[in-house]
Amino acid sequence: MNETSTLRVTRRTIARRRGFWATFLMGAAVMAAVDEIVFHQLLRWHHFYDRSTTDVGLVSDGVLHAVELVALVAGFFLLADALRRGAVDALTMWSGFFVGAGTFQIWDGLVDHKLLRVHQVRYDVVLLPYDVAWVAAGVVLLVLGLLLGRRADGERST
Amino acid sequence: MTDATVVPVMSGVLSVTREHDHGGAVIGVAWLLLLPLALAAVAYLGAAAAERSHGRRAWPWYRDVAWSAGLAIVAATLVGPLADAAHEDLAAHMVAHLLAGMLAPLLLVAAAPVTLALRSLDVGPARRLSRLLASAPLRVLTHPVVAATIAVGSLWLLYATPLAAAMRDVPLVHELVIVHVVIAGYLFTASIVSVDPAPHRAGYPLRLGVLVLAIAAHSVLAKHVFAVAPTGTAIVEAERAGLVMYYGGDAVELVLLIAFFAEWYRSAGRRLRVGERRALPGPG
Repeated sequence: MNETSTLRVTRRTIARRRGFWATFLMGAAVMAAVDEIVFHQLLRWHHFYDRSTTDVGLVSDGVLHAVELVALVAGFFLLADALRRGAVDALTMWSGFFVGAGTFQIWDGLVDHKLLRVHQVRYDVVLLPYDVAWVAAGVVLLVLGLLLGRRADGERST
Repeated sequence: MTDATVVPVMSGVLSVTREHDHGGAVIGVAWLLLLPLALAAVAYLGAAAAERSHGRRAWPWYRDVAWSAGLAIVAATLVGPLADAAHEDLAAHMVAHLLAGMLAPLLLVAAAPVTLALRSLDVGPARRLSRLLASAPLRVLTHPVVAATIAVGSLWLLYATPLAAAMRDVPLVHELVIVHVVIAGYLFTASIVSVDPAPHRAGYPLRLGVLVLAIAAHSVLAKHVFAVAPTGTAIVEAERAGLVMYYGGDAVELVLLIAFFAEWYRSAGRRLRVGERRALPGPG
């Protein structure tokens, strides 16, 4: 392998890795947006703020909200950057998207709802099935993303 | 329970101040503040027109639009129906603040007034202006950490302390606060995105970190306003104000984020092209 082709291979690896993290950010931000639009605005299951939150919870919620907003924009530009550096295969990008979406959903269900008690999935109902469904949906998305990632690796090595 | 004792005393003092003041004088000051805005509009549009007629490079029309719109928005928060409503209702007041402290500064920064000034001024004044821009005080004020602390910190002072009540009851405070948020908002926006030249621009990671913290602080404060109504404000009114601050802030922050990342993306592209030319000799 001469120097130029080594350089091309490294560049493709960098592009792929960036493509993964770009779509990871986009997946997490899209999941956050779905949460905001469907559950806060349309169904009105969640409360904007139910006044039972701890101060730490409120601050961490603020930081998370800022990171979501940044992730959405950063994801698009990072993906554009990855694509101008080299080709990124579709499987890697979908893998990043679902891993990001699943990670956010699990984080939201466990840390935001249960640990910090920012707000609950729904009010005046038995919460457990809602909490289980919330986190299970996250696990499904995460596993799907990881499987797609493995397939992407497999297709490259053959 | 210190708040409960302080507040009646505060509002007592404030209402006395109000009774002694004449309504006419207050309106006069708000209108008086339109004068510098009008001067700024005339100076900018005049310089832009001159630049277009005999400048070497044409001055883009959208910068004129941005500058005019920014000034018009500031004017609308000082006089007119929105300014009147802002005295009565905290949600309307919050709309005025979002416009004056976030949207107007974004438009004014996008208009690149410093670049226009440097191009249209004579060599002597232009040199003085660039020396002023590089001076220590401005270097400190336009540092992202300082600018963000001023912009977000003063909001916390306004809405988490009895100052919120003073803003509505004491004449002139509303106008002074508007002037303050326009300037603080301008410095913050200019410290995050480079439209105008800045001799000591902070790096991208630092600017991104400041941006994340500023957005976080803004959303936490919005929820604070929602949950703990500022003194003298009804809960329902404070809830509406909190929502306006939260979602309205998001909208402007999204635009600021796009501008910031677009700048980072472009400069990374320039470095990428230079790196390619070095790594792969020959065309390609």
